[in-house]
Amino acid sequence: MSGDLVQLEGRKGASAGVPDNTARLVLTLTVAGLLSGIAIVSAYEITRPMIAANQARALERAVFEVVPGAERLQRLAWRDGALVPAVGDAAGEPSIYGGYAADGSFAGYAIPGEGAGYQDTIKLLYGFDAERRRVVGMYILESRETPGLGDRIYKDLDFVAAFRDLVVEPEIELVSGGGAADNQVDGITGATISSKAVVSIINATNSLWRERLFAPGAEPPPPAEPATEEKP
Amino acid sequence: MSSGGHDPGRAYEELVKGLWRENPVFVQVLGMCPMLAVTNTAVNGLAMGAASFFVLVCSSVLISSFKSWIPKPVRISTYIIVIATFVTVADLSLQALAPTVHRELGAFISLIVVNCLILGRQEAFASKQPVKLALADALGMGGGFAIALVMLGGAREVLGAGSLFGVSLFGDQFEPWVVMLLPPGGFLMLGLLLLAFASIKEARVKLAERTRKAA
Amino acid sequence: MGELSWIFVSALLVNNFTLSYFLGLCPFFGVSGRLVTAFRLGLANIFVMVITSLCASFLNAFVLPYAPYLRLISFIVVIASTVQFVEMVIKKVSPGLFRALGIFLPLITTNCAILALALFQTSRGYGLLQGLVFALGAGGGLTLALVLMAGLREEAELSDIPSVIRGTAMNLIIAGILSLAFMGFAGLFSGNA
Repeated sequence: MSGDLVQLEGRKGASAGVPDNTARLVLTLTVAGLLSGIAIVSAYEITRPMIAANQARALERAVFEVVPGAERLQRLAWRDGALVPAVGDAAGEPSIYGGYAADGSFAGYAIPGEGAGYQDTIKLLYGFDAERRRVVGMYILESRETPGLGDRIYKDLDFVAAFRDLVVEPEIELVSGGGAADNQVDGITGATISSKAVVSIINATNSLWRERLFAPGAEPPPPAEPATEEKP
Repeated sequence: MSSGGHDPGRAYEELVKGLWRENPVFVQVLGMCPMLAVTNTAVNGLAMGAASFFVLVCSSVLISSFKSWIPKPVRISTYIIVIATFVTVADLSLQALAPTVHRELGAFISLIVVNCLILGRQEAFASKQPVKLALADALGMGGGFAIALVMLGGAREVLGAGSLFGVSLFGDQFEPWVVMLLPPGGFLMLGLLLLAFASIKEARVKLAERTRKAA
Repeated sequence: MGELSWIFVSALLVNNFTLSYFLGLCPFFGVSGRLVTAFRLGLANIFVMVITSLCASFLNAFVLPYAPYLRLISFIVVIASTVQFVEMVIKKVSPGLFRALGIFLPLITTNCAILALALFQTSRGYGLLQGLVFALGAGGGLTLALVLMAGLREEAELSDIPSVIRGTAMNLIIAGILSLAFMGFAGLFSGNA
């Protein structure tokens, strides 16, 4: 205790003459908190448009990758038994994305799904052609699969290409040694579990959305409304 | 003890000590969480090192400038507020300017707040020394930390992926040592690097003894 | 149910905080010299993690939707003060428990594993219940790693090991082998999914 006191008194500068009473402690922390708040809010305000633009671009890239021909996208939220165009972040609301060609015609759905992979949760996006009832593309959004083995679910172009035209009914099947039927995907040697995870995520997500996409009122797909989707 | 502040030799001394003699990673083994988790490539190591460098230098200068205003009982809380502010700024800037790198590093950028190296330098150095010396110390320690992260990341990337800064080094013949990119590789590589440092040190001591005996 | 058990086992074994995310390394290397100490530290850790998870759920639900940029600062401040408050309460209510956990509590609060728990819980969008299960799993995993490491180090004390490798280098290599062993848990869930 006395050591502390000596040290305290030994310190040079403005604090030497001022007693360390409670008011001063509170004042110091308040000022520090206030300045920190100002700094953080200004950094947030400066970076917010850039971050939003980055996120929008990343989402666009993924959607355009899985829906061939799409050049514009629109979030479609599932509200009260129907798909409705929505703006802003999904924020917990079950949503998918509609991809539209440059002339505004509907190109296909992009549906996000997630599930347990080999190491951690895998998040992906797949394109779905509702008319032909086929998966038309697959894009891994997030995964921590083993480098060199499990990460081939997005680095192995043959595996990714297998999802460009795939029948989903009754279910996508994972086979080894060249699938013949048009609902079969050839698994990756050395990454069986990761490739199985991708297939079962798509199957599970698809069984959830299948009825919704074909439910009365959900068709024809809502047209693109670029005005609501314009981002600054 | 010299008064320090105006002595350029002292500032230089504080600057270089962090780079080698008191290197925060290889000698003091501080701040291990962020340095092991994200250093599986040289680029990630560089990004993490740069973010930590930024936070350390800014916090040290600020805290050293205001050291006489901060009452002792709340000093740690004040340091943490200052550090957390700069970390948030670094996090947001990285997210805005380099989104791909930010995705790779994820929550580990925020975890710079609890890096013992940064808080440790505030408590042990910046809160007691003039701004000039605190700046030199932070530049040295931050630089030493960043260099060590790039070394660690580079070594793991070369062994684990056969590339450095994303440039392939060996061609198709190379069978990558994948485990180096995985968590165990982080522990093993740092262990081996520390071992190398310890051996060099021991060899030097022995050499010095031998020359002394000979003389 | 399946989701909760996946969260628990994932945090406990597959993505063990210490051996796979390198979190909580300071106590891992600093305190894990003796088995009993390591075990108590682990228990204290579980305790703090549960409190942290509750605080983070509360902040996520009521404060952060309005001010997302305050996430980091509010986590640190709220968690640190809550733990200190709980520490005082325990000291009054149960001196025995305080003696067992007490000295570790302040040490743990500034541990990266605690902050990481709050951050991961937020970024994965866990609710109250999921967060609690995650905290139990992560704390359990940390305890497991601490106890295993302490056991190995007690053995290593008595072995004939060259002096140059003793210390941090040896501990890191032991941890590397332990981490390698834990990689065997990967695929535990998706294997039969």
